[in-house]
Amino acid sequence: MVAHKDERLHPLSPWKRLLLRPELGSIAGLIVVFLFFAIMAGNTGFLTWLSVRNYLEVAAQLGILAAAVALLMIGGEFDLSVGSMIGIAGTLIAVLIHPDYGHLPLGVAILIALLFAMGVGFFNGWLVLRTGLPSFIVTLAMMFILAGANIGFTKMVTNLTIVSGLGDVVAKSSLAHLFAGSLLGLPASVWWWLGVTIVLSLVLLRTPFGNWVFGAGGDANAARNVGVPVFRVKITLFMLTAIAATVVAAIQTLSIGSANVLNGQGKELEAVAASVIGGCLLTGGYGSVIGASIGSLILGMVQQGIVYTNIDTDWYKVLVGGMILGAVILNNYLRKRSMEVRR
Amino acid sequence: MTPLVELRKVSKFFGPVISLKDIDMKVYPGEVHCLLGDNGAGKSTLIKILSGVHKPSEGQVLFEGQPVVFSSPREALNQGIATVFQDLAMLPLMSITRNFFLGREPRVGPLRLYDGNLAARIAREELLKIGISIRDPDQPVGTLSGGERQSVAIARAVYFGAKVLILDEPTSALGVKEAAVVLRYVVQAKARGLGVIFITHNVHHAWAVGDTFTVLNRGRSYGTFKKEETEREKLLQMMSGGEELEVLAVELELIAKRDPAGAAQLERRIAEELQEPN
Repeated sequence: MVAHKDERLHPLSPWKRLLLRPELGSIAGLIVVFLFFAIMAGNTGFLTWLSVRNYLEVAAQLGILAAAVALLMIGGEFDLSVGSMIGIAGTLIAVLIHPDYGHLPLGVAILIALLFAMGVGFFNGWLVLRTGLPSFIVTLAMMFILAGANIGFTKMVTNLTIVSGLGDVVAKSSLAHLFAGSLLGLPASVWWWLGVTIVLSLVLLRTPFGNWVFGAGGDANAARNVGVPVFRVKITLFMLTAIAATVVAAIQTLSIGSANVLNGQGKELEAVAASVIGGCLLTGGYGSVIGASIGSLILGMVQQGIVYTNIDTDWYKVLVGGMILGAVILNNYLRKRSMEVRR
Repeated sequence: MTPLVELRKVSKFFGPVISLKDIDMKVYPGEVHCLLGDNGAGKSTLIKILSGVHKPSEGQVLFEGQPVVFSSPREALNQGIATVFQDLAMLPLMSITRNFFLGREPRVGPLRLYDGNLAARIAREELLKIGISIRDPDQPVGTLSGGERQSVAIARAVYFGAKVLILDEPTSALGVKEAAVVLRYVVQAKARGLGVIFITHNVHHAWAVGDTFTVLNRGRSYGTFKKEETEREKLLQMMSGGEELEVLAVELELIAKRDPAGAAQLERRIAEELQEPN
């Protein structure tokens, strides 16, 4: 039979096709932010290698987290406990390898921290799916539980809220280089960021699991009806987020040689901000891992770039807030345009 | 010939509520079986039993002559009973191709990755077969019209080897032209030998494509009728329940005593709605 052509349709231009990319808003934002600081602080050091290295390192730690958080958000859930997870995983690793307390090899300590994180991630996911409560509430509770447990545990073991004195252990361990070393002039964290972004983006776009993530986040019921194992998908995403937090914790602890119980605080919201700037919808089912990474880069660039301008750094958060608002409004507009284009 | 699907004395109770009582029904291959009934007649409960969402409280469901109990929609789907629900189970922000293959992605290579190219090609071909030319299989489903979405959902069910296609009010939210397009796909699915169960409360749509009609009213079946044995008006009367219309007439009479003009207007409107020409 002959297909009927609708005379009201015209072919899609490459420009309109571009509008459909969830990352588009963040790429535009990146260009704007870069130009802003290049003009404002181009001759005071923003364009130097040192500055690039600085903001890449800040962006990297956030980006590792944001890539996983973006995947979770596309899957339709939140995790507000990732910041506290960074804190507790950091002190856990620090205590376990500390010459006065755990004496464990670094590999074992990281493995224990990873298992702990996977347990927390599993519990988060299980509780959300079993109770049907919003993940916002469940992980908010977990945020407090982990933060409190971290302080309690750390003070019980060390009498302090900081575990320091890891310098020798780190220096002796070759595994530590994987987290705290550097390659081609860039810190390990930047390579982790790159790797995590590429792998998770491929998972999202090039595997059946990625399709299930979109489905579970877009409409869990509809996805379940066509056979998507929604329960398994979401639990995996919660565990993945906790694992990403642990990687960040290992990088922080081993680079600095100490772990503070306050590490990671606020990172959960920064990761959400990066994901949203990168085009993720709060309601799930739409977004991009690459976008979240670009969002992290923007936040890192703003945080470090402001130092080179004559703006007081105390204003950093005002800028971040403005960026989030601008990005969300732009992304919303672009998405609506792209959905209208071919009606 | 063995029916593809048969219901024997199927009842469904939700606590004290009798949602369905003693329903008998047979669906044969190459047949469009219309399930008619007003709101609350039990149509939704019946398809939820057929599609594996609910289990019957009493009675038996037979698939190709064998008694079956589905514990999930997935199980029914694997057996070949595909349901296109009213809300379509489509994700508007996801591409046509990804929607088409959600839950059954084609895989490629040693890493068993999602084969996007193959998926796009099949989606395009399958939609062409039923007469939709999609400009770009990567465009979001949200950019399609209601009728096109229905058609994509039907094409998906047919492609994945459905033997029984259950369509839940596929035309109720559509304009006249779009409804006609969907009805054409219903006939095409029938021509391919599928058993189609077409749920609707629009007798005109049912009459246009149906071979047999089962009429439900308040959880009970008025029976199954072949097209040549019945008339459109009879179905309509059964659907709305003859008695209830009488009650309505009495009520209108009561109203008329107080407000003759208003009641006449109301009555005219109701009469028009009930006999809405196609």
